Amino acid sequence: MGRYVIRRLLQFIPTVLGTMFLLHYMTSLAIQFSGNPVRALFGDRTPPPALLQAITERLGYSDPCLSQRGNPCFGLFIDRLQNIFLHFDFGVNLRQREVTDLVADAIPFTLKLLVIAIVFEAVVGIAAGVLAGLRGGSFVDYLVKISTVFIISVPIFVLGVVVREFVGVKFGNILRGQDWIPDLISVGVFTPGFKPDYPFASLLIPGMVLGAVSLATTARLTRTSIMENVRADYVRTAKAKGLTNKRVIGVHTLRNSLIPVITFLGVDIGSAMAGAVVTETIFNVPGIGRLVTMAARGGESSVVVGVVTMLVLVVLLANLLVDLLYAVLDPRIRYE
Amino acid sequence: MSDLTSAGTAVGGAPVGGDGPAADAPGGTSERSASLWADARRQLLRDPVFVIASLYVLMVGSMAAFPKLWTSQDPRACSTDRSRISPSWEHPFGYDILGCDYYSHAIYGARPSMVIAVMATGGIVLFGGLLGLLAGYYGGWVDAVISRVMDIFFSLPFLLGAIVFLTVIKRQNIWTITAVLFLLAWPTIARIIRGSVISSKDLDYVHAAKAVGARNSRLMFRHILPNAIAPMLVYATIVLGSFVAAEATLTFLGVGLQPPAQSWGIMISVHQVYFLEDPWLLLFPCGLLVGTVLSFILMGDALRDALDPKFR
Repeated sequence: MGRYVIRRLLQFIPTVLGTMFLLHYMTSLAIQFSGNPVRALFGDRTPPPALLQAITERLGYSDPCLSQRGNPCFGLFIDRLQNIFLHFDFGVNLRQREVTDLVADAIPFTLKLLVIAIVFEAVVGIAAGVLAGLRGGSFVDYLVKISTVFIISVPIFVLGVVVREFVGVKFGNILRGQDWIPDLISVGVFTPGFKPDYPFASLLIPGMVLGAVSLATTARLTRTSIMENVRADYVRTAKAKGLTNKRVIGVHTLRNSLIPVITFLGVDIGSAMAGAVVTETIFNVPGIGRLVTMAARGGESSVVVGVVTMLVLVVLLANLLVDLLYAVLDPRIRYE
Repeated sequence: MSDLTSAGTAVGGAPVGGDGPAADAPGGTSERSASLWADARRQLLRDPVFVIASLYVLMVGSMAAFPKLWTSQDPRACSTDRSRISPSWEHPFGYDILGCDYYSHAIYGARPSMVIAVMATGGIVLFGGLLGLLAGYYGGWVDAVISRVMDIFFSLPFLLGAIVFLTVIKRQNIWTITAVLFLLAWPTIARIIRGSVISSKDLDYVHAAKAVGARNSRLMFRHILPNAIAPMLVYATIVLGSFVAAEATLTFLGVGLQPPAQSWGIMISVHQVYFLEDPWLLLFPCGLLVGTVLSFILMGDALRDALDPKFR
């Protein structure tokens, strides 16, 4: 256990450095091949050279290596690493606001959204998976199988737009026309976009949309792993001892079946963060994801790079924690 | 020794590419002794889901390759006084917000998605497949280096990486989108191939071929690869669908293709606000997109069942 943790921690450092370098090299290459990204801010107008120079300088794009194609810009990379790890500086936006400030303003919304999404997909996904796994070949099983294929094949932005229009606008309008329904539900929950007056209720539907995509995978994973485990010897023993069905399934089967599911949920935090970019844009939630989209649409590459770097660090940390948790949950995992 | 000969016949023509080996396998001579590929082909042709899904994919593919077959209208012939006219017999999808024929836009919109998906998938199959093969076959430090590089690419969430690259490069066209999809997706294929190469490189027929004196390249490409390629084929089919979805998602977020181009993602993102008055503007492109992704996923599932002897 101890050795595994140490090995995993040691592996973590090169992975972080490597991922940061990948991100850095991708942006450097893009700049080297398409020219100064600051020009994008001016559209088709030609900025005064002094202004262009000043903004380029301020956003840190003035390094000469950014004009040599294919140059990996190691000096710039080391500067960036120092800024990030020593000064906790992820860059500034055009109005000189720190990216860390922008993220600090946006993060409560994204966190709430992520919690709703993960809880939703864990509860519904595991319940559906257990039902389908216990009765293989039954109606529920086929329902889960078919609906998961459909959910996987609908891109999240299509799902988001359709849910927003059908549930948020159409169904919401009907609810808002009825007097007896409290505002919390008609205005708060069934809303086409985020409402600052209902900071939690109006995030419910966006969170469910975000969770829906991985919901399918969670259900399938639970289903397969339950199906494997109900045939295990210890489950038969538990049944033979005369334990109640509830206990056999709840304690003996479920606990062992959930190990891969929990791992998946942990790893899924990363993809849920990427999915939040889409969901927050659709439902107008002022979180990190919308920050990224708005910056990307406006060509503010310094903000995009800074926020994504931060998100990538969070994802890496989440993966590390999942791996460590995995070792705690499953005593068979050993690193030799 | 029978393994060696069957491996030889299964190789047949080109080692890479799904249909090649199946076409060369002696099919129909005797029902039971056919090769894996002939068996798989027979099972797939009997599977209605696979047949329907591949017909749909063929349809979308022909839209992409020969849009003229499907429509004689020009998607750029627009007139704003026809803005948002509902579907009619001559114009089955109606007109869009700028008064362009929506049906021809949908037909021409298939091309960028399919071109991007096919090019990026081809790229990751060749590059990821080669790296996976090298890592799995040689093991040792080659494997260590390639696996660490794969870990690094894995830890960059796909959508985030693509947004960064496309924002900074500003030129958002078919080529840059293909490049970023390729760059961020090759490790998955490499990992799959690496796994199946490792599991098949210690089999008897490989040792036999080595004993006969085959060189490394011959061992890799003629003996190991054809028998390790099935999982990659399954994944490549599924990934085609997810690339179609990824292109539309990036376009929707505003970092993919830009409006004068025709694409399903643009159709959805431009018309999402008119959903209440004219829902067909959103439902047609969404339907086409979801149908394509679904077909690829179903084809991949059917292929997996057909190529895995355990399911027989």
